[in-house]
Amino acid sequence: MTNPSDKLRFATVWLAGCSGCHMSFLDLDEWLFELAEHVDVVFSPVASDIKDFPENVDVCLVEGAVANADNLELALQLRQRTRLVVSFGDCAVTGNVPALRNLWSEVDGGSRQSVLDRGYLELADTGAQHPHAPGIVPELLERVRPLHEVIPVDLYLPGCPPSAERIRAAIEPLLSGETPAMEGTAMLKFG
Amino acid sequence: MSVHTLTVDGVEVAVPDGASLLDAVRAAGAELPTLCHLDGLTPVGACRLCLVELEGSGKLQPACATAAGEGMAVLTQTPQLREWRRMAVELFFAEGNHVCAFCVANGNCELQDVAVTVGMDHSRFPYQYPNRRVDASHPQFAIDHHRCILCTRCVRVCDEIEGAHVWDVANRGAECSIIAGLDQPWGEVAACTSCGKCVDVCPTGAIFRKDDTTAEKEAHRERPQLLRAARDQHQWQNQ
Repeated sequence: MTNPSDKLRFATVWLAGCSGCHMSFLDLDEWLFELAEHVDVVFSPVASDIKDFPENVDVCLVEGAVANADNLELALQLRQRTRLVVSFGDCAVTGNVPALRNLWSEVDGGSRQSVLDRGYLELADTGAQHPHAPGIVPELLERVRPLHEVIPVDLYLPGCPPSAERIRAAIEPLLSGETPAMEGTAMLKFG
Repeated sequence: MSVHTLTVDGVEVAVPDGASLLDAVRAAGAELPTLCHLDGLTPVGACRLCLVELEGSGKLQPACATAAGEGMAVLTQTPQLREWRRMAVELFFAEGNHVCAFCVANGNCELQDVAVTVGMDHSRFPYQYPNRRVDASHPQFAIDHHRCILCTRCVRVCDEIEGAHVWDVANRGAECSIIAGLDQPWGEVAACTSCGKCVDVCPTGAIFRKDDTTAEKEAHRERPQLLRAARDQHQWQNQ
């Protein structure tokens, strides 16, 4: 791996989540400057404008469940290109709110059709219609999955969202190649 | 009163006849996670979190529902017990629909707390997403079966303390559920006195007050024991 600046190559990814985990990440405030001393942010919806997930990433925080074809493709790609993958927040760790549509997997049309009908037809005030833009709007997967059901995960960082303090306590040891102790209410409590 | 002497993780304790292994564990200063157990209610051994090992016996015993006996050597924290406990908690999460983020009991939930205790950072079992019912027919309370872990505390407190026996358990396996009356909407069960004891003792957000929203539930899980002490020993809280 060529890493001229000798900094960790750091990425964050936003799959099917509300972006709350990323907002919490931004709540790190002035510690972000310290983080920037140790890492190069090579991919992130809040800190870079790069569209393709790069090669040779050291640490990647992944927010969100795997709910559509794009989520799945990016999850598989980032796993191949990342040394240490962190399941970042309750949606990535458990499926959480985006996975609630799995409750309707047994009904006619399954969870995919149920959630689209609810969102675009039943709740529409005017112009009820399904979105249709092949190749642009990604297809929903029938079952929403937590990240570790799709790719191997190295570290779990639960919380909805995990607080800035918890995020810092989890990633600070990683900067020096150590593994954080994920235990106790401060680090593990869901919700 | 006769006394039994036994050891818990090597610590010697003496407990009165009739005490449970859980009493002995607590007397020894050790801690065991519990979910179905509640002081003041009859133990049922439903949740399997307090399973302990008795040296010389291959069988695991639920500490809450096993009588302490003379000379027992109880182990509470073997690596295998710890692993099984964590698996049991993961299975609870995988079996129902426990979404802490918007639950009425977020921050006041024994299932959420016990997940921390056993070190659960994710579930290794696939979630089942059962499509269960929510019964909001009672004017003050509601029961959301998605969050129910079938601990039967509601069944026991209503039967043993309130004496109304509104709740019971129906069906088996994945179909098993808590029912009101003869499997009626809760609001139609005339036996319900609306005392709220089932709300007080529910370990999760399954039974709650309708005016509570996310993270607003206040449980009062100490009340059965207080009522029991008042009735049996005439010890009143305000004395």
